[in-house]
Amino acid sequence: MKNIAIFVSIVCLFLTSCSNDNDDSIRDVITTFQFSHNWNGETVTNEDFNDFKFINENGETLSIERLRYIISDMTFTTMSGEDIELDIYNLVDVTNGTGLFFSPDTTIPSGTYSNVSFTFGLDNEDNSENYQDLNSASFNVPAMLGGGYHYMQFDGKYLDADSNQQSFNYHSIRAVDNPGDNPNFPQDTFFTVNLGETTFTNDTTIEIEANLAEWFKSPNLWNLNELNTVLMPNSAAQIMMYQNGQTVFNLKSSIQ
Amino acid sequence: MRTTLALISVLAIVAFGCSDEDVGYEPTPLPLNIPQIFSDNIISPVIPTDNPLTVEGVALGKRLFFDTILSGDGTQSCASCHSPQNAFTDNTPTSDGIDGNFGIRNSMPLFNLAWNYGERFTWDGKELSLERQAIEPVQNPIELHSDWNDVVTRLQAHPEYPELFESAFKTSTITKELATKAIAQFERTLISANSKFDKYSLGEATLTENELNGLNVFMDEARGDCFHCHGSPNNPLWTDNIFHNNGLDATFTDLGLGGVTGDPSDNGKFKSPSLRNLAYTAPYMHDGRFATLDEVINHYSEGLNNSPTIDPLMKKVDQGGVQLTEQDKADLKAFLLTLSDPSFINNPSFQN
Repeated sequence: MKNIAIFVSIVCLFLTSCSNDNDDSIRDVITTFQFSHNWNGETVTNEDFNDFKFINENGETLSIERLRYIISDMTFTTMSGEDIELDIYNLVDVTNGTGLFFSPDTTIPSGTYSNVSFTFGLDNEDNSENYQDLNSASFNVPAMLGGGYHYMQFDGKYLDADSNQQSFNYHSIRAVDNPGDNPNFPQDTFFTVNLGETTFTNDTTIEIEANLAEWFKSPNLWNLNELNTVLMPNSAAQIMMYQNGQTVFNLKSSIQ
Repeated sequence: MRTTLALISVLAIVAFGCSDEDVGYEPTPLPLNIPQIFSDNIISPVIPTDNPLTVEGVALGKRLFFDTILSGDGTQSCASCHSPQNAFTDNTPTSDGIDGNFGIRNSMPLFNLAWNYGERFTWDGKELSLERQAIEPVQNPIELHSDWNDVVTRLQAHPEYPELFESAFKTSTITKELATKAIAQFERTLISANSKFDKYSLGEATLTENELNGLNVFMDEARGDCFHCHGSPNNPLWTDNIFHNNGLDATFTDLGLGGVTGDPSDNGKFKSPSLRNLAYTAPYMHDGRFATLDEVINHYSEGLNNSPTIDPLMKKVDQGGVQLTEQDKADLKAFLLTLSDPSFINNPSFQN
């Protein structure tokens, strides 16, 4: 009996000990990425589309009619420098208000991460895959331009010097030269967006804000009168988009 | 022991009897035969959970589709304006109903409807499912000009229909909801994916140099730039199934999507039709204004009309369009015709 009592005590000790360990242990947390949009601080949703209410850095008044883009490869860098990369993608479709919230199926261990990042567009490996949902959404890039997918489709109209409405198709893809059977690629135009150090204690929503005005601002002052349509086969324009895109996205908040 | 055996026997008989009675009749499920070119490239079709396809449901839907019993005077059926030989559209700009009155819209061809992911049907997107769409033409005064109550009465009194509904839906009590469910089931089986270009994509056919150049015109943002709205080899529906103002008019007598949503920015927008089966679907556009494919190509090349809602994907609007060369026009037409599928219009399963 005494032996039994001792055994029970030991078991209780273990159980208690385990319980304490669980309270302190690393747990799996669900991350949700939320995308919001603004124009130099003024909120932009699809309710603001089809209205000449935006003025870009070059002074052109413009309207937005269609905006959708891909983000991919969410990556969580631990304090020891290891990357937890989620090989996934999400189509943010502002026009239809879909993909604005995105929760990867994969959870991550709680804790503090030195950086959270994602890719704007698709890296070259991912861009060579065949995605049924993106095909169904007609987001493809023609084979003559290397195939794969748009990184972004940003369509609208601007007012020219005579206040006439003109179209723009600010479509971001992998920069390509020599369109045809053997295109070549002067440089990568997907890019990494770093959101900085983030602590995940519980399930977390990471709100990412995109300032759409930045696409037209710096380092390349975008002149819509010169660069408006047929930009997909224009590798120089693609590289300018890549450069301007670096300052579009920021971490707005991290809500646990 | 003998008593026990007898009891077991009785129980077995009862159980057997019950089992037979419990196995109720169920219509035979009919999975859609999804073509490889679709399963390889695009997401699954939309089949409503409350209207799965069955052998009996599709057969009933087909019979209703071709039956003039749906019309007010028994002279027209769905197929009167949606003929299999025309890829289930009409060969006139607009169609006349039973009273000889013409509508304002071109009859839409019917195929690959289960892949309309947004489930907005008709040129202006006013019908939010195939089942709901099927209700409208029957009671439209310029189409079949009937009354669903009368139609249901006629079907109910018919010597065969009650039994066909029983087989399809396990009830012989006919309703318009069941009738339109059956029609929608049949319409979802209308799959076209066996064109010359489909075979080319599958490595089973070759294209001519002209057709290949036409494909390049189609895919080239600096020439046709058709692919942004009309699919691509990766989206073999050859439509985005959404709504655009493609520069037909400077002012609108038909608001299209805008008439449905009430949003002025939708005025003049109509659904992008699939480019499959163009060889059989003339005339073209929502009002059938273009008799030939040449007229359609000329429109995009130099005939665009500007308006506030014209889609920004329409290029060089100030010049009237993308200014294709005559050779590119001819090659684009040659390519477009490779998207036609003779096995679809001749499919025995789709004939009356």
